Amino acid sequence: MPKKPRLAVFKFASCDGCQLQVLDAQDSLLAIAERVEIAHFPEARSQSLAGPYDIGLVEGSISTPADIARIQEIRRECRFLVTIGACATAGGIQALRNWCRIDEVVGSVYASPVYVESLAQSTPISEHVPVDFELRGCPIDTGQLVELITAVVIGRQPRVPRHSVCVECKEAGTVCVTVAHGIACLGPATQAGCGAICPAHGRECFGCYGPAEQPNLVSLTGFYEHRGTPRPHLARLVRSFNAWAPDFRHEGDRLEHGTGADSP
Amino acid sequence: MNQPRNFTVKALTRVEGAGGLRVRVEDGRVELVEFNIYEPPRFFERLLRGREVREVPDIVARICGICPVAYQVTACQALESALGIVVGPEIRLLRRLLACGEWLQSHALHIHMLHAPDFLGCDSCFTYPEAYAELLDRGLRMKAIGSRIIQVLGGRSVHPINVAVGGFHRAPDATAVRGLIPDLEWGMQAAFDTLATVSTFAFPDFTQSYECVSLRAPESYPMNEGRIVSSTSTGTAGLDIPIDDYPEHFVERQVPHSTALSSFILPGERPYLCGPLARLNNCLADLPDGARRAADTCGIEWPSRNIFHSIAARAIEVAASFEEALAIARICHASIAPCRIDSTPHAGTGSHATEAPRGLLYHRYEIGDDGLIAGATIIPPTSQNQAQIEADVRALLPGLLSFSDNDAAAGCERLIRSYDPCISCATHFLTLHIDRC
Repeated sequence: MPKKPRLAVFKFASCDGCQLQVLDAQDSLLAIAERVEIAHFPEARSQSLAGPYDIGLVEGSISTPADIARIQEIRRECRFLVTIGACATAGGIQALRNWCRIDEVVGSVYASPVYVESLAQSTPISEHVPVDFELRGCPIDTGQLVELITAVVIGRQPRVPRHSVCVECKEAGTVCVTVAHGIACLGPATQAGCGAICPAHGRECFGCYGPAEQPNLVSLTGFYEHRGTPRPHLARLVRSFNAWAPDFRHEGDRLEHGTGADSP
Repeated sequence: MNQPRNFTVKALTRVEGAGGLRVRVEDGRVELVEFNIYEPPRFFERLLRGREVREVPDIVARICGICPVAYQVTACQALESALGIVVGPEIRLLRRLLACGEWLQSHALHIHMLHAPDFLGCDSCFTYPEAYAELLDRGLRMKAIGSRIIQVLGGRSVHPINVAVGGFHRAPDATAVRGLIPDLEWGMQAAFDTLATVSTFAFPDFTQSYECVSLRAPESYPMNEGRIVSSTSTGTAGLDIPIDDYPEHFVERQVPHSTALSSFILPGERPYLCGPLARLNNCLADLPDGARRAADTCGIEWPSRNIFHSIAARAIEVAASFEEALAIARICHASIAPCRIDSTPHAGTGSHATEAPRGLLYHRYEIGDDGLIAGATIIPPTSQNQAQIEADVRALLPGLLSFSDNDAAAGCERLIRSYDPCISCATHFLTLHIDRC
């Protein structure tokens, strides 16, 4: 029998929600791959086995000086490095500070900011080291995680959709909230993966899975603006958990600073 | 005098996030104890400024992936208070059911996957002794049921999307809620079995004098509503205040060794205890009947001043959550309408507190004239317990100094783990420095 692939889970600035999805996948993980050895997963296991590891799952964004050195070391230890969740792939909600002055941000929360070591920006892992695969979502989907690990274990490409949330609404038979209710929804520009749960609950998609391929945001927000949605609302819509993802970032900046709407 | 000795021990695992501990011992006396929280600050309170009221529940959920519901419901109720919205009894009940789901999944996770290994002599849920396989299986199913409750009401279990200021985006499906009943009936019995097991664990003899702080509600165990009360180990009553008065009785301090602000109770800036043990000590009489009987017969005397009993307190709260959830599911016959009370945001301030799985969670918001958030204060349970954790380590250490560094660190780690600290943090190990002069 071949040697068990060794799995390691690492955490940077995050809410732990994606690691919780890993724990939730426990039954499936053991079922599909009893050969996977959970070598390093501090949130779940006291004993930590030294690297190298076959699969490294990284949660969280880079936000302190120490993080920068640590991610380099982790990259060296991991054959296949996967970022899990919006923090690791796009900088997370904490990347909203990237539009602020860091000393003002720190000073607004802490009486003695000098004690707090924090980088001016919260950035995705891929800005610091090469990443082999990015699993989107805030939080990630357990099914996609199991698919990813299965694929790595048997040595094929993970099958993760790149199309938009719109397709998932059509698959589910959900009535379009934009067409039916005039709601400004980010679904046409957001990558699938959540199952389009927000439109199914009568509300807008707010972009948990980050930009879909070729999202054409200028056209989308122009359409909403033309239909009467205020521009500041649209800027906030693209600036949430994936605000620093390039497509959302540039559109947020354009909406904040750019000139008139591009009419559809 | 001996040379100072520094020890670095990788330790505090099986917690959400991580922290460090620095201890200095001189001539056999514990001179310094610092529980460090290295959590990279994410500045939520600042980043909420300028956001829309309706965005707040979605944003604050991201503070904690283990207890997003507590953050969402606390924020909703604080913002409703600011906007003068009064939600009806159906929405309050469904929010209570949501809280039951979160307590179940969070407590079941901590009891079975994070905490029990301390008492079973294993290092994780992946290496459980065969004799306890049933305990773990039961725990995983309990956790899944808790997650399922959140999913039915909230759309998904981590960072639900259906919780809104004023109620719910879409009315929860009453049929799906009633569909939970068989699992909830199983859970009530299963919780008693788990309590019976964890109550017999070998608990260290460690009785401390705590000031227990929690919500207390008339005739129900506290979750989303109530007044803030405190009690002392001598049984004398302490605080009994409305939630809005929280800032007058508690103070936050920044300490150099932690990115979490540390909270103290006034006057005198004393440490205090919140969480399952504090809740149970304060509100034992308010438990639902089945959980109350189980608490009385489990072999541990309540109120308890031994923090290691927290695992049993969590098991009792699991029983209570199943019992409460079952009662709510059984009366859920029709979807509520309207499911949300809308209001145009206007200037105002509002505060609220709930009992998150780990203890009291306080939010306060200021809404500006433009209807956007102008200010936010969020005080999570772990920063409220930080000073008490340090006091406990200080009390525990003298008994550990004759042990090896590894064993002393393990003893501190077990104590800290009893608190179920939620430290969402960048570093992943406890660094225990013992300077022995």
